[in-house]
Amino acid sequence: MRRSLMLCLLALALLFAGSLSAQQNPPQRARAFATTPDIPYDSVANFLKLPAGLYLGEGIGVARNSRGNVFVYTRSGEFSRLFEFDPNGTFVREIGRGLYGFQQAHAVRVDPQDNIWVVDEGTDMIIKFNPAGRVVMLLGRRPESVVGLVEPPGRGAPRPAARPYTFGRPTDIAWDPQGNIFIADGYINSRVVKYDKNGRFVRSVGTDQPGALPSQLSTPHSIQVDAGGNVYVADRGNNRIQVFSNDLTLRSIYDHVGQPWALCITPGPRQYLYSSNSNPDNNNSINAAVRGEIYKMELDGTVLGKFGSAGKQLKEFGTVHAIDCKVENELIVGEITTWRVQKLMLRPPATQSSAR
Amino acid sequence: MKRSRQVFLVAAVLFFATPALAQLSVPEIPYDSAPDFLNTGDNPYLGEAVGVATNSAGHIFVYTRTGSANVSLGTNRAFVRPASRLFEYDQTGKFVREIGQGLYGFVFAHTVRVDPQDNIWVVDEGSNMIIKFDPQGRVLMAMGRKPEAIAVPTVRAEAPAPAPPPAPAAAGAGAGRGGAAAAPAPQGVGVPGDNFNRPTDVAWDAAGNIFVADGYGNSRVAKFDRNGRFIKSWGQRGTAPGQFNLLHTIATDAQGNVYVGDRSNRRIQVFDNDGNFKTQFLNVGAPWAICITPGPRQYLYSSNSNGTGSMEDGEIYKMELDGRIVGKFGKAGKLLKEFGSVHEIDCRKENELYVGEITNWRVQKLTLRPAGVQTSTAR
Repeated sequence: MRRSLMLCLLALALLFAGSLSAQQNPPQRARAFATTPDIPYDSVANFLKLPAGLYLGEGIGVARNSRGNVFVYTRSGEFSRLFEFDPNGTFVREIGRGLYGFQQAHAVRVDPQDNIWVVDEGTDMIIKFNPAGRVVMLLGRRPESVVGLVEPPGRGAPRPAARPYTFGRPTDIAWDPQGNIFIADGYINSRVVKYDKNGRFVRSVGTDQPGALPSQLSTPHSIQVDAGGNVYVADRGNNRIQVFSNDLTLRSIYDHVGQPWALCITPGPRQYLYSSNSNPDNNNSINAAVRGEIYKMELDGTVLGKFGSAGKQLKEFGTVHAIDCKVENELIVGEITTWRVQKLMLRPPATQSSAR
Repeated sequence: MKRSRQVFLVAAVLFFATPALAQLSVPEIPYDSAPDFLNTGDNPYLGEAVGVATNSAGHIFVYTRTGSANVSLGTNRAFVRPASRLFEYDQTGKFVREIGQGLYGFVFAHTVRVDPQDNIWVVDEGSNMIIKFDPQGRVLMAMGRKPEAIAVPTVRAEAPAPAPPPAPAAAGAGAGRGGAAAAPAPQGVGVPGDNFNRPTDVAWDAAGNIFVADGYGNSRVAKFDRNGRFIKSWGQRGTAPGQFNLLHTIATDAQGNVYVGDRSNRRIQVFDNDGNFKTQFLNVGAPWAICITPGPRQYLYSSNSNGTGSMEDGEIYKMELDGRIVGKFGKAGKLLKEFGSVHEIDCRKENELYVGEITNWRVQKLTLRPAGVQTSTAR
């Protein structure tokens, strides 16, 4: 009883603090918004075709393999589910239904060898499936159910120290060309962790507390690695992308493209970086009015174009949570609040398209 | 801060103490692991492969933490939906069947063992029960009782801290988490009786007497007759001989001696059949899983498993029953032949082991290739 009262008070306090800060800092456009040209695009209607009786929940994770098959990791019912579709969006199969590591979906990515990696922020686990759908490696461990309910750390309370092989609501995964593994970790920890290809800890950057100084992180929410092995981290709570060298030394900061929720770097010799300044997932329409667009950038942060806005219709975005950009001008985006995966066909002016 | 300093000190002490205790040159036993063993299909998936055991026909039983553990909250009680599963495979690793899906006692798997009559025994630390199936998969005997509902605790997600010296064993029989929303019993006082508090393992002697390692919550070994009648129990939390700090695994030899993996005390304690302390082995790290081979010449395997958040240690020792080390093999890791927190070993055949791992969600079939002098000749 006392506990629920405290929770209630805490909720009230948060609500009050939230409205105060909203008044102090009215939401603003990303700095690059006004000067960035629009990229024309279309969205394929009814792209994913699910069998009767099967539904997507929040379209949290989306990624393609080398054959163009689409994997969707979705928050669905009492646990999360991983679906595979062919390049036309026709349902192929479900992988790992009821798996011990499937609880609260956060990301799915496919590595260059077509292994499928799932990041689950509910079980604090990273699960690697081979292309056949078998579990071949695990990082992190789901907390034991017999330990009982875990009380989340209070606001401002010290958080448990980050440990090499334990995650705190991890968010995303990427690999460098050597196969080293980079984990964005996450909501509880505020760090990026590097492992070798066999899952042995190498080093980390950031801390167990969120921070706003360079090299500190606040909800690292999405991560990508370029062909040179540089690591791009969507430092969402700080409204910036931080770029680190392969050994996690800070190289540069991009703070002109709003709040990065989802990053994707295209493959091939000429690489581009997409970043989504997603509208918040709390249906805040004041914020949604000034956010929601996706930016296309050079790897050095130069903005080339933008497209999209928040909304519930086709071509609009309901909090983009993942972008797949295996093909530069054919993106797959997963959305939270619209329970949807869209296939977008970009038609950039000739000067913007790559020479591939 | 104070706590982490303590942990550091303990770690430092262990670091310096370990080399002194370990034998200086333990021979490595060469071994292989069968690739993709038990991986013959995508369905069913294994979760944490905490329990593995074979029967006399070579069939493999895996008791795994899988599915999605669901807890629904009442006003002050939590109702736990079963989330562990028991699978049977044939000797080639091909899936045969599932036993007891959704069983009332399948909450949080700990171990599975097969007795000499091929009955399958499951130890569940979530329901606090030991369940005996006959070879066909029918429930023959249930020991302990699942609490009607579990009181909602507020605890931190950390390993239980080493407990203070145990209080006098004042709690009566039947305490523990049994009963409807009972207050948690004092931990580690070695409550006697028929109920368990997060039990970990089971073993039998030649007469069929049952020995239960009980366990995380109640630090004792309980002895029952073959019909499940309580005979006696011994031990409580502590570090003295006969006391335990997380007794995690148990096995008996042909003479009826009882070997207990006293994990957090980093020792194996040996008792006679009535629970009298005989000796202890301090040279094989933290025994997470022990197994004694059958036959006239018996060996003891013990896994110094890596913690679930660690990639240190992980080797398995092969020992004589008197504690002398014959050899060791393996280390922590995620690749084939490496170990992710070995939680149970089956050693029905001396040089063909099955190991179940926590963090790799995997059962490996290991073939040991010891040098001739190490192999038993009497088999």
